[in-house]
Amino acid sequence: MATAEFNRRDVLKGAGAALALGGIGSLAQAQAPITVGFIYVGPKDDFGYNQAHAEAVAEIKKLPGIKAVEEENVPETTAVQKTMQGMISQDGATLLFPTSFGYFDPHMLAVAGKNPNVRFAHCGGMWTEGKHPKNTGSFFGYIDECQYLNGVVAGHMSKSRKLGFIAAKPIPQVLRNINAFTMGARSVDPSITTTVIFTGDWSMPVKEAEATNSLADQGIDVFTMHVDGPKVIVETAAKRGKFVCGYHASQAKLAPAAYLTGAEWNWITAYKTIIDAARTGKPHPNFVRGGLKEGFVKPSPYGSMVSAPAKKAADDVKAAMLKGSFDIFKGPLKDNAGKTIIEAGKVFKQTDPTLEGMNYLVEGVVGKTGA
Amino acid sequence: MNARTADTLESVALPLLAMGGALLLFGGFIWVGGKSPVDAWTLLFKGAFGDWFSWQNSLQRAAPLMLTALCVAIPARAGLVVIGGEGALVLGGLACATLPYLFAPPGNVFGSALLLFAAGLAGAAWIALAGVLRQWRGVNETISSLLLAYIAIALFKHLVEGALRDPASLNKPSTRPIAEALLIGGIGGSDIHWGLAFGIVACVALGLWLFQTPSGFATRVVGGNARAALLVGLPGARITVAACAIGGACAGLAGGIEVLAVHTSANASLIAGLGYAGILVSFVARHNPWVVMPVAVLFGGFGAAGSLLQRRMDVPDASVLVLQGFAFLLILASEALRGKLFVARARPVSEPATVPIAPQVTA
Repeated sequence: MATAEFNRRDVLKGAGAALALGGIGSLAQAQAPITVGFIYVGPKDDFGYNQAHAEAVAEIKKLPGIKAVEEENVPETTAVQKTMQGMISQDGATLLFPTSFGYFDPHMLAVAGKNPNVRFAHCGGMWTEGKHPKNTGSFFGYIDECQYLNGVVAGHMSKSRKLGFIAAKPIPQVLRNINAFTMGARSVDPSITTTVIFTGDWSMPVKEAEATNSLADQGIDVFTMHVDGPKVIVETAAKRGKFVCGYHASQAKLAPAAYLTGAEWNWITAYKTIIDAARTGKPHPNFVRGGLKEGFVKPSPYGSMVSAPAKKAADDVKAAMLKGSFDIFKGPLKDNAGKTIIEAGKVFKQTDPTLEGMNYLVEGVVGKTGA
Repeated sequence: MNARTADTLESVALPLLAMGGALLLFGGFIWVGGKSPVDAWTLLFKGAFGDWFSWQNSLQRAAPLMLTALCVAIPARAGLVVIGGEGALVLGGLACATLPYLFAPPGNVFGSALLLFAAGLAGAAWIALAGVLRQWRGVNETISSLLLAYIAIALFKHLVEGALRDPASLNKPSTRPIAEALLIGGIGGSDIHWGLAFGIVACVALGLWLFQTPSGFATRVVGGNARAALLVGLPGARITVAACAIGGACAGLAGGIEVLAVHTSANASLIAGLGYAGILVSFVARHNPWVVMPVAVLFGGFGAAGSLLQRRMDVPDASVLVLQGFAFLLILASEALRGKLFVARARPVSEPATVPIAPQVTA
């Protein structure tokens, strides 16, 4: 198998070289062959954050002229710097996708400084004009839109009016999801509350299971989460006979009877944009963001138990989001201590960078952001 | 061949044979998976030691492991099994990143040294605590050091995500970045940072101390038989705690170096299991500081090779763990052959040379 692969790669390389040498590059439609490196912080089959990336990479691999090299379980230490440099020196990669948040600073910036001719596209970071080099960039999706849709479905399907959110850390990206989910649910019934538990880190299977059980004991009947691998929460909630809305990738396979819908990444869109720019010699897209409308995120297909009114309500909001006429964060909005966060009449568009510094939990969330 | 030569030959031959066996087994494993073992072997070598890039890769990965392995090796020589080096490492990193909150250290080598000193001190105090608990409260140090590591990590997160958090670090809570002038750079333009030098110096120096000085000898006597040590008038308690402190200082230093040479601030990326990897390194090196060096480089090599293997052969990350497992199991198992390998040529009268293995904890 391995030999066959090497052969295929060699053939591709040879073909590329022949095209270039023969001066018949025009046949390649200005799409130069490219080697792209993808780096994951966890296993590729985690039913979560890393799987969402790996699934898109599997699609990318099918495209002609693209060779993808992948490495999983790379910690945010010098190891990732070495992996990036190795992909460049050993595999000839000219475009890298370090996908974990912690890869950005200092690791990617350090390697990017040493390799000005290689492009770096980081997932999740805040690339800033003037502060970060031009050969680096960041892309991310407004997945809170899908969490809002999760909330709408959860709001319809909950009987106890109590929802549960199991999260890693109280950082802006996570708070934004908790708030969007809660507001989606409360758009159905303002008496709904979301109880949030922070486990403290991205991958804490034991604590995630404990949190799920303890919330289930408190009468919570629909769960969602923001952790790296939602597998444990989905399975535990299903075992307790509760519903669950997924996150990152689809976990429907793990619990078909409990899985209502989910907020999924659709990284292929961002990947293609950035790879195409590299292959056609266009400037590196430094700051790439998008939501449902741009195809950066997508909801999982509804489970069979989701009621018709729930589907309709969620589909209506989705249609408005796709048209760009729906704003999640708009005034009047209060936090869960009763303080006004957004004045009446004020609207934050999804692209507003203010939202990427979110530090509050909205009314209806039971929990605290404090460390 | 006299007994001594046979002994030396064995010390070299046994690990080599074990490594060879591990590679063979790994080849079989890869073959069962439907891939070419020859490709895998070639890539392993290329990735770990094939060229200058690979060497830099392996050595850089090895640097922190030397220091965290010493956190196991030195207490082990005094008869304690300490496995909580991770705690000393994260607190060392934290101390290093916290010192600039208290006052501005001079922006030069002296300032960096000051930060590293703070890191070593924090690590030393943490592991010494495990020694004290063991010595005066009778708490098993293996358990307590492990639990202390959990506490250290919790404390680290609490402070980094709370009181010490740099408000500019939004989605990745970190302490304030350390001034550029205080950071540690690469050795002679290479990618290898000066942490490697610290590791080598610490291993060589602590080896000399253990095997060439009276106090090192005293430590080994305490480790060999604590009661006998007390009988001959050695201050057992003091020696035990000191050994813990020395080990902890090494792990703390490793944390400080990670912060100054790699991360530039203290954050959760520091908690990468380097302290736990050091346990394995130390046990494979049979708690000999000199042997820790090559074993750490081997370990770094596995990491580097695993990286290339994944990218070229599309095998999961875990496959290198399988190789590592084979290698260390066989290295430890090969001890059973010690004294028997060259026995036919050795003189029959000599007793099989016994080598001190990991000292057992006495009740």
